[in-house]
Amino acid sequence: MSDSQSNSQGGAGLGQLMRRPEAGSLVGLIAVYIFFAAMGGANFLGAPGISSFLNMSSEVGIIALAVGLLMIAGQLDLSVGSVVPASSLTVSLLAGDFGMPDAVAILGGLGVGLAIGLVNGILVSQTRIPSLIITIGTMFGVMGLTLGLTVLIHGSTGVFLVPGPAAKAIFGQLVGNMFQVSILWWGVFIVAVYWLLHVSPVGNWIFALGGDRESARNAGIPTDRVTIGLYMLSGFAAAFVGVSQVMTFNAAQVAAGQTFIFNSIMCVVIGGVLLTGGSGSVLGIVLGTLTFCIVNQGIFFSGLDPNYGSIIIGALLLIAVMTNDKFRAMALALAAGRKK
Amino acid sequence: MTAPILELRGVNKSFGPIDVLFDISLTVRAGEVLCLLGDNGAGKSTLIKILSGVYQPTSGQILMDGQPTSFPNPRAASDKGIATVHQFGGTFPLMSIGRSFFVGVEPARGWGPFKRYDRKTANAVAVKAVRDFGITRIDDGDRLVGGLSGGERQSLAIARAVHFGARVLILDEPTAALGVKQATHVLRIVNEAKRRGLAVVFITHQVMHAMAVGDHFAVLIRGAVAADFKKGEKTREEITDLMAGGASMSSLEAEIEGYMASHGGHPPPPAH
Ligand SMILES: Nc1ncnc2c1ncn2[C@@H]1O[C@H](COP(=O)(O)OP(=O)(O)OP(=O)(O)O)[C@@H](O)[C@H]1O
Ligand SMILES: [Mg+2]
Repeated sequence: MSDSQSNSQGGAGLGQLMRRPEAGSLVGLIAVYIFFAAMGGANFLGAPGISSFLNMSSEVGIIALAVGLLMIAGQLDLSVGSVVPASSLTVSLLAGDFGMPDAVAILGGLGVGLAIGLVNGILVSQTRIPSLIITIGTMFGVMGLTLGLTVLIHGSTGVFLVPGPAAKAIFGQLVGNMFQVSILWWGVFIVAVYWLLHVSPVGNWIFALGGDRESARNAGIPTDRVTIGLYMLSGFAAAFVGVSQVMTFNAAQVAAGQTFIFNSIMCVVIGGVLLTGGSGSVLGIVLGTLTFCIVNQGIFFSGLDPNYGSIIIGALLLIAVMTNDKFRAMALALAAGRKK
Repeated sequence: MTAPILELRGVNKSFGPIDVLFDISLTVRAGEVLCLLGDNGAGKSTLIKILSGVYQPTSGQILMDGQPTSFPNPRAASDKGIATVHQFGGTFPLMSIGRSFFVGVEPARGWGPFKRYDRKTANAVAVKAVRDFGITRIDDGDRLVGGLSGGERQSLAIARAVHFGARVLILDEPTAALGVKQATHVLRIVNEAKRRGLAVVFITHQVMHAMAVGDHFAVLIRGAVAADFKKGEKTREEITDLMAGGASMSSLEAEIEGYMASHGGHPPPPAH
């Protein structure tokens, strides 16, 4: 949809560009970056600043991509907050306490994410309970299970792990002592999700699902399978971040991960995805993630009271939703009014 | 005589404790328009949702070409050449015309997991289909459906069904939101589909539209087939009465007039 509009007519003009839903997100990103560049100076503009917001972006960004797809399909997933620690603890328990090879432990961690996604997907598609409630439920369930099993197996709520060199290099490397290798993985996720949503025919199903679930089913889309698939993707993405965290920090904590719940939703909404589904883009989600993380990290470089960061993020969220509505209205008006 | 394309035998449908359809037996033949008539809430939409795989009958049989069959989901019905325009929805406001037209049957290039949605083809086909439909204002398949008028959106949905309906075309009140010109066009399309040998199921509340295209009429009253007759077997007045749920409109009018004459020109108090 919106995305294809630009690759259609090559050399889209500025006016055309401004009507795309991502335009608002891009303006927000630039404004926020200039603000913190002015406040934070050379440190923020240099490698320490860039690595700090890119590192954060890569982790929350991987989850935001999957959560964004779900939101476009009209669903929420709050359970990601418990999947991250569930996955990292699975990895460290399997590799540490049970002495399994790193590869097996990592597959176990990712498998936990896929399994939780499967449960979410089945519950959401087979019941009429709102996904908000279902995924809050699974979040608490997984949280409790993770805590209980970790204490049972390991005797404490934190587990240290020294991964082998291969696993460390693939998932937990620090490039130039600052940049997490997960930034590259974020790039891989961006390309894959972009393909899924904007290039492959399945993208059309996701938009249709969020636009009008019943009509989508009537049109022959396997709505249940798509829903389950998207939840499994979101479980996988969160588990992937869990793996990458334990490989980066050599430790896993039961309590880690709660911040991902709201942060991922914020990134997605700031990126112009419609909260009620049916509209959004991968480019928007990436821009929203960067904006969110620049504020979040930039505040430490700016010398401002970190609490102001939360205020800025709150304001950004509101402005984003308002401008996105404007852009959407403009796109509809364009569809209605223009004559060639 | 060939077997009907679709046949319902003794179909019942309940939603939990609510019984909606009772012992429905109907046939839909190739080259024939079946008009489903009935009051609001009579069960017409529920019936065609059974024919299009949205609902499964609680009991009873569906036959296609004389063979027992079932449509476990809408995909199964559309795979067998049944295309339906439902009473509500059917288009996606925030999707482009091209994407909305091809939802679920996206044209693609490439292979396996590397299939790419073919935007050009989708837009070209969709725009041509709606323009053929008389909506000549549309020339860009990238426009969002939400920017179209209600009637244009309905035309888009009908054009889609006509494009994909290989054997059976089901239209649930397709003319409800349409202007005179487009409604006439829908009737023409129905006749055209009939001539091409498709079976058409047509739901309407307008006697004129029903009379114009119907070969075969079935009237539902509170979920049961109250009348099932062929073209020419009943007069327009009789059909109107049946459509109003069985109450005879003309006798009702006479009743009111009689009441007013004997009560000094006052209309009767409303019934409860
Ligand atoms: N999913 C459902 N659950 C419960 N009851 C339903 C459901 N769908 C329809 N009904 C009931 O079945 C009856 C028939 O509904 P239906 O939509 O088939 O009527 P209709 O003949 O199409 O009416 P209209 O002319 O207003 O479109 C109504 O009383 C309705 O309330
Ligand atoms: Mg109806």
